[in-house]
Amino acid sequence: MNDAAVEARGLSRHFGDIRAVDKVDLQIPRGEIYGFLGPNGSGKTTMIRVLCGLLTPTAGEVRVLDLEIPRQAEALRRKIGYMTQKFSLYDDLTVAENMRFMARIYGLQRSAAKQRIEDLLGHYALTSMRDRFAADMSGGQRQRLALAVATLHQPTLLFLDEPTSAVDPENRRDFWEKLFDLSDAGTTILVSTHYMDEAERCHQLAILENGRLRNQGSPDELMTQLDSRVVEISGSDLRRVKDRALSLPLVQSAAQQGLHLRILMSPDTSDPLSYLRQGLANDSLSFSMARPSLEDVFVAATQEQHSS
Amino acid sequence: MSSLHRIWAVTAKELKQLSRDRVTFGMVVMIPLIQLLLFGYAINTEVRNIPIAVVDLSGSALARALTEQVRVTQVVDIRTHYHTPREAEAAIVAGTVRAALVFPENLAQRAAGGEPLAQWLVDGSDTIVGSALLALRTMPVHLAAGGPRGAYSAASPSFEVALFFNPERRSEVNVVPGLTAIILTMTMILFTSAALVRERERGNLELLITTPVHSLEIMIGKLVPYVFVGLIQITIILGLGMTIFQVPFNGTLGNLVAVTLAFIGASLTLGLLISTIAKTQMQAMQMTVFILMPSILLSGFMFPYDAMPRPAQYIAEVLPATHFMRLIRGVFLRGAEVSQLQGDMIWLLGFTAIMLAIATLRFRKTLD
Repeated sequence: MNDAAVEARGLSRHFGDIRAVDKVDLQIPRGEIYGFLGPNGSGKTTMIRVLCGLLTPTAGEVRVLDLEIPRQAEALRRKIGYMTQKFSLYDDLTVAENMRFMARIYGLQRSAAKQRIEDLLGHYALTSMRDRFAADMSGGQRQRLALAVATLHQPTLLFLDEPTSAVDPENRRDFWEKLFDLSDAGTTILVSTHYMDEAERCHQLAILENGRLRNQGSPDELMTQLDSRVVEISGSDLRRVKDRALSLPLVQSAAQQGLHLRILMSPDTSDPLSYLRQGLANDSLSFSMARPSLEDVFVAATQEQHSS
Repeated sequence: MSSLHRIWAVTAKELKQLSRDRVTFGMVVMIPLIQLLLFGYAINTEVRNIPIAVVDLSGSALARALTEQVRVTQVVDIRTHYHTPREAEAAIVAGTVRAALVFPENLAQRAAGGEPLAQWLVDGSDTIVGSALLALRTMPVHLAAGGPRGAYSAASPSFEVALFFNPERRSEVNVVPGLTAIILTMTMILFTSAALVRERERGNLELLITTPVHSLEIMIGKLVPYVFVGLIQITIILGLGMTIFQVPFNGTLGNLVAVTLAFIGASLTLGLLISTIAKTQMQAMQMTVFILMPSILLSGFMFPYDAMPRPAQYIAEVLPATHFMRLIRGVFLRGAEVSQLQGDMIWLLGFTAIMLAIATLRFRKTLD
């Protein structure tokens, strides 16, 4: 038994000329919530499909739950749950019918299935909706149903592809509570997202861009790496200050956040505050160091690669 | 002016989308092309080469001379000779020949007395074939090679004709069982051709293929309900045919159910294969029409199979509807046993197995 739920070496998947996943090395520990953070088109969905055995890798080695993928994909299917990006249950079946169908597909015993479905309906607050058609449910309700179905057969590994993209913040918080419950019970969870707040909840993160793995680690580690590189500027006429700042060679990015301008400095800046004071030469501005956010991590990870 | 602009915007977009849908674009060209050829070949009401048998009980030179005169009309194609009328009747029931020409032992006496010379035993269920053979009843005959014509006329015909299965020559008798083939082809292929495509379009398939369900399990599971749909349909068609149109049921229920199930299987699996090829429900629909049109024209439903030229017959042999047309008319109208029609039956079962195998192999549990 291997410690890693997922291991990939030199993993690539091309579609014609497009390198959707490009030479990625991954090591995902069991029992953790592991996030793929990246913009649309960064290869998150392709990565998940390859790891599930739905797509054949163009190159590289993949082991998931000690099974060699794609060769042993069929054996893997009993052990994983998959929540697709687009709702993929049957709109013209009710909540209970959808669950019964999938329970049969997974070969659950009749009485066990009945009990399991009741438990899940209760746990995911769907009991009152059991006879409602999936087509008539809200985005949050559909997500809960999809998660309930994905966990029906108690998989050891869950793949969630942008699970909360159609869900309001409150429902998203509830949804993550359920994920932590599952994680606590020992399920390894792989979740892709483009929301920073969602990424911050993961135990570990991989930052993807253009099919490449740009950085990985726990959110805290990743943010600590950026200590002493983020500066907040407040003052007037920030739009013009921003243009000015971007023309300075050691400024990596600048973004306005309300009344502040947030500046990310290049790694080799020794004293960011005095560098910016001199460079901007504007007495009306005030400067202070800021605690790095995950967005800074994301910007730093994706921009360093461009410049190098 | 701006309205024209907007109409053009919609038209240009429509054209662009049409030209990118390869299958639809292909159908725009293929449908008229193929249909023209099919219609041109198949629409041929002048019936020739009807397969018949000859039974010569007289063993005379006159019988051979008469047989030759019948042959040169080209209306019939003499396939075989039998010793007894009974054998010939069995061959008609089995559908290997459509008629038999029986010369009696006392042929010479009849010729001398000006009586009808011989008897045609005719499968009358197909009225077009029946009419063509009835026309031979009064054909002028030479009683000796190179000799004078016998004194036969419409008033005293040269042959007697016995029309089996449909003596009143009602076309419903032939059309109603044939219609089951057309309606089942249409609905069975239409239902299943959309089956997998619909799930792919709606996104259900991506989830389904990450589960332990096997391809073959998905395929068979999807087909089973439509078997019952097909049985309900054939019950309605034949039930109404028997009550409203008084179509006689001369066979047994067991044979009828057996041939129907074989044909439902062939049609459903063909639809399933289409479903693994088509990318959209629209494409599936077009491919269904592509199978349906030749099934109507070439299967023997509208025009007798025997009257069609060879190339059209080759195409017809590929279509399940052609084989079912022979089977259903055989077991329903002529009271044939499945064992007498085993060639068509084995063909349908083999077709079903092959289609199911190809569809299952084509359907991969991946998104590659």
